[in-house]
Amino acid sequence: MADSTRRKNRAKQTLGEMLTERGVSRRSFLKFASYTASILALPPTAATAIAEGLAKARRQSVIWLSFQECTGCTESITRASSPSIEDLIFDFISLDYHHTLQNASGHAAEAAREQAMEENKGEYLVVVDGSIPLKNEAYSTIAGISNRQMFEETAEHAKAIIAVGSCAAFGGIPGANPNPTGAVAVSGLTDKPVINISGCPPIPEAMTGTIAYLLSFADIPELDHLGRPRAFFGEAIHDRCYRRPFYEKGMFAKSFDDEGARQGWCLYEVGCKGPVTYNACATLKWNGGVSFPIQSGHGCLGCSEPGFWDLGGFYKPLSTAKGDALKYAAGAAVAGAAVGVASAVAVRSKRNKVMSAAKAPATPAEEAK
Amino acid sequence: MELLEFARGPALTFAITVFIAGTIFRIVSLLFMWRTKDSSEGSAREQPAFVAAIKEIARRMWPLPTYKQRSLFQLINGYVFHIGLAIIVFLLLPHILFFKDLIGLSWWHLPNNVVYAISIVTLISLIAALVMRMANPAQRIISTFDDYFSWLVTFLPVLSGIVATTHLGARYETLLGLHILSVCLLLVYIPFGKIMHFFLVFVTRSQTGAHLNHRGAQQI
Repeated sequence: MADSTRRKNRAKQTLGEMLTERGVSRRSFLKFASYTASILALPPTAATAIAEGLAKARRQSVIWLSFQECTGCTESITRASSPSIEDLIFDFISLDYHHTLQNASGHAAEAAREQAMEENKGEYLVVVDGSIPLKNEAYSTIAGISNRQMFEETAEHAKAIIAVGSCAAFGGIPGANPNPTGAVAVSGLTDKPVINISGCPPIPEAMTGTIAYLLSFADIPELDHLGRPRAFFGEAIHDRCYRRPFYEKGMFAKSFDDEGARQGWCLYEVGCKGPVTYNACATLKWNGGVSFPIQSGHGCLGCSEPGFWDLGGFYKPLSTAKGDALKYAAGAAVAGAAVGVASAVAVRSKRNKVMSAAKAPATPAEEAK
Repeated sequence: MELLEFARGPALTFAITVFIAGTIFRIVSLLFMWRTKDSSEGSAREQPAFVAAIKEIARRMWPLPTYKQRSLFQLINGYVFHIGLAIIVFLLLPHILFFKDLIGLSWWHLPNNVVYAISIVTLISLIAALVMRMANPAQRIISTFDDYFSWLVTFLPVLSGIVATTHLGARYETLLGLHILSVCLLLVYIPFGKIMHFFLVFVTRSQTGAHLNHRGAQQI
């Protein structure tokens, strides 16, 4: 009971009041807001707006639903450097339900979700990682509740829905061919706007930054045609890649870790999907800006794009055919030759008939013989 | 991305299948075509057919002095876009990787930037070829659908390749998908139009040379 009262009191407090109470200086808070504005590709003036927005905002209730997933997205978000997950959980959001991070388990965990939904009806944020099986809903259940049922009842009174990871955003690996569970993206099961933060896993700052934007501006950030925040998914990795100049020069690594790869040459030839992958890996990078896959010597897998698992092979260059384009070649050659011979025979036969019919009368000399 | 997947997958498989079937059909049907036997004695200055064929191939590489003035630009323009197309198709690394994946062979490539520059020259040259065809009354009269459509299916891959590289107007994956689809259109049309000269140009010139040689045409 006391816990519930404390929770209600904290919910009434603005974030600004909470931070002041904890002794967070305005300077620190503005620094945080500036960094958040920069990773969201907002102008410097937006830092003040973010600071003001966050100061006025109330602590946001967040329900995190994990369906057909690998917990990689959670692993990723816990490595966010700024805003860090600690910033979010302790200062800005109330993570009321999250299998991996919450203390409660079993019935208590489900009770926490139901309580958060009840107390914040129409105000809570739903974050989903993992796809939802429709072929047979029993393929993935939590506390006896199917993923679909849990998502639909939780999403009904949500203020906004964020699909983190390519599984939730596009079906991801569970939805890869032949998609045995009939996995679908969450956007296919709701009429509400869904913010997709794709990636396998997504860049941590893309997740925390988007949540910070929602809290600051109480609005959805600008999205691309796949529902992803343009701030993080607006540019192709290839266009921002430090190896790009070598692409133009025609200098390509022939295999992983060869001399060219070590010299920073382009990884196109070993299957990099950077040219068709939109993400902030080349700019924000990972592990607090240390590196990203291409910098570590491996081509981009295209993990933030729909159907990345079925793009025809991680190590096949983008300019090659998907699958075996010559699978009908032998048949085509035989058929072509057969039709060619048949047509030639038909022409000869027709010609012989015409020549026979129009055969010229014998010459007088022949007649005399 | 769906467009690119479609282009790299079923569209390309279909186009390559039609290309192989159509090309072999054309070549085989030509080989087995009825040929009227020429029983005439032949010219006094007749050379071996093989020599005449080679000479005819070489002779047609450059215009006769009589026509040189009139056809020089057209001829040079023809060389420009033919050589340009050959460089684009066979010396750009992404294209070589396509062939390597398909037939297992790869070879030396030019820097991408150099090929981009050559693509622009080729594109301009192709436009010049069309303008000349349309501007010249005699050429315009004898031009058929095949002439214009062959030009179009050659022009589109070059244009879409440049646009895809420069990311003009749409996202790269969409433009790359359109580029591959334009190549598919070219592949499907090659066996059935005048672009079949890709395979037959030297065959037909040899045949003409041998024929004219037998008839006694003067070799220049």
